[in-house]
Amino acid sequence: MTFFGLHFQDLVFYTLAIILLMAGLRVITTRNPVYAALYLVLAFFTAAGIWLLLEAEFLAITLVLVYVGAVMVLFLFVVMMLDINLDRLREGFWKALPIALPVGGLMAVEMVMIVGVRNFGVDKVAAPAKHPAGYSNTAELGRVLYTDYLLAFELASVVLLVAIVAAIALTLRERRESKSMDPAKQVLVKKADRLRIVKMKAEVEKIVVSDTDAAADVKESK
Amino acid sequence: MEWLSNLFGSYWPAVEITGWTLIKIIAIVAPLMGAVAYLTLAERKVIGYMQVRIGPNRVGYFGLLQPLADGIKLLFKEVILPTASNKALFLLGPVLAIAPAFAAWAVVPFDMNMVLADIDAGLLYILAMTSVAVYGVIIAGWASNSKYAFLGSLRSAAQIVSYEIAMGFALVGVLMCANSLNLGKIVMGQSGGLLHWYFLPLFPLFIVYFISAVAETNRAPFDVAEGESEIVAGFHVEYSGMAFAVFFLAEYANMILVSMLAALMFLGGWLSPVSFIPDSFLWLLAKVGFLLFLFLWFRATFPRYRYDQIMRLGWKVFIPITIVWIVFVGGMMQTPWAHLFH
Repeated sequence: MTFFGLHFQDLVFYTLAIILLMAGLRVITTRNPVYAALYLVLAFFTAAGIWLLLEAEFLAITLVLVYVGAVMVLFLFVVMMLDINLDRLREGFWKALPIALPVGGLMAVEMVMIVGVRNFGVDKVAAPAKHPAGYSNTAELGRVLYTDYLLAFELASVVLLVAIVAAIALTLRERRESKSMDPAKQVLVKKADRLRIVKMKAEVEKIVVSDTDAAADVKESK
Repeated sequence: MEWLSNLFGSYWPAVEITGWTLIKIIAIVAPLMGAVAYLTLAERKVIGYMQVRIGPNRVGYFGLLQPLADGIKLLFKEVILPTASNKALFLLGPVLAIAPAFAAWAVVPFDMNMVLADIDAGLLYILAMTSVAVYGVIIAGWASNSKYAFLGSLRSAAQIVSYEIAMGFALVGVLMCANSLNLGKIVMGQSGGLLHWYFLPLFPLFIVYFISAVAETNRAPFDVAEGESEIVAGFHVEYSGMAFAVFFLAEYANMILVSMLAALMFLGGWLSPVSFIPDSFLWLLAKVGFLLFLFLWFRATFPRYRYDQIMRLGWKVFIPITIVWIVFVGGMMQTPWAHLFH
């Protein structure tokens, strides 16, 4: 079935690809950093759509879950709190351009050389095989990850663990002056820790019956 | 049917599929909206009785038309766009809040084979959708250009990201037991009566999941994003009329969604607790209804958590509990008692 001379899948692909490219472009051209972050979210989302077309549903959904749902939320969290002066952000543009342009150009040339048609053309890379309906992407991925690539997987997890420990160690400052509470102590507190019950006889106020007026006079004369 | 298929010619198969899907979507969303409307009434009634009040009883018999009256009132109110706000994002906020709340229902099974999209990675899809829902709150808070709204959105962003981890880990336990990410298969993995439901072997995870779900939906006692006594309703303080109502709908739709998920993954979904009563959609309704009642009960009972205590509970209590229990379940699956965990 064709729409406007295109197969439906191609139509979806081109739509997503156009949105993805536009969003990617806006990430670097938009002036407001919050907009840039939101365009990046859009880019991730459309990239997930393209991965779905490739039948990589696990990766696509994980992209949304991890990058859109967690990483970009924290990005936005930080970017929103920044007090950014847009003019000052633009100040260094022309000064940095003579260096930035060759570097950027070089990177683009390198990428074209590697990812170009010569190595990744349609004739070089076979189209992914169509899988039957019951095929589970997730299970396959798990099997490969824990058999063929076990060592690489374990290494990656160790690297991540080191990164976590380092990030915490770098930002952890013990502040002696701040008073913090210990919830365990709060929970374990008993009545006896806070309250002392003293056994004593009831105190009875002594009633002065005689000579009240004289006493008042003495007070006044003082 | 015949003339329709002639009308569209070669496009008919596409039109037919799209049409059927749209009808199914309406069949899910329309009752959901009704449930949301009457959940608001139920909330006011339940909390009313718990606080020895009567609750709404003027509009219609027993106050039954109150949600309609509220809806009409909100529809006719003006949507005010604050002058200093970012107009486009201000209007995008409510849309981003409600869209994932509805989109997640695509993979929720209501009965055997009664599901809109029976996809393999259903659980993952739902996690992704619920994690996207936070954007509505963040964008609304930022676009409002108001201190209170902004504080609310910051609180909400940190809270939702924190509790998502505990929630995700709690669900890892479920998929270890079920050996599948498909919600239908997860339910069928629990067949065999009350004692086979996953809430028994995964009891700590069930508790962690449900409390995290309360935190994820910004409900009391974790409703610091709204915090009406501190930041005057938080992220939606600048919203009025229908724009506000959309946030409201999204919150209640999310409540129903997380209750539905808890019922499907821990309480056996549509399965009957005893063998002599048949499985039915009504069981699912009863379980979801009970969990929703818990939401209302929490709100009437608990005072609001302080923010640092929320963070402590999420990171230092729930996440360690889930990790320990996942390791425990994994270990038990290698022992002769493995059948207890399947």
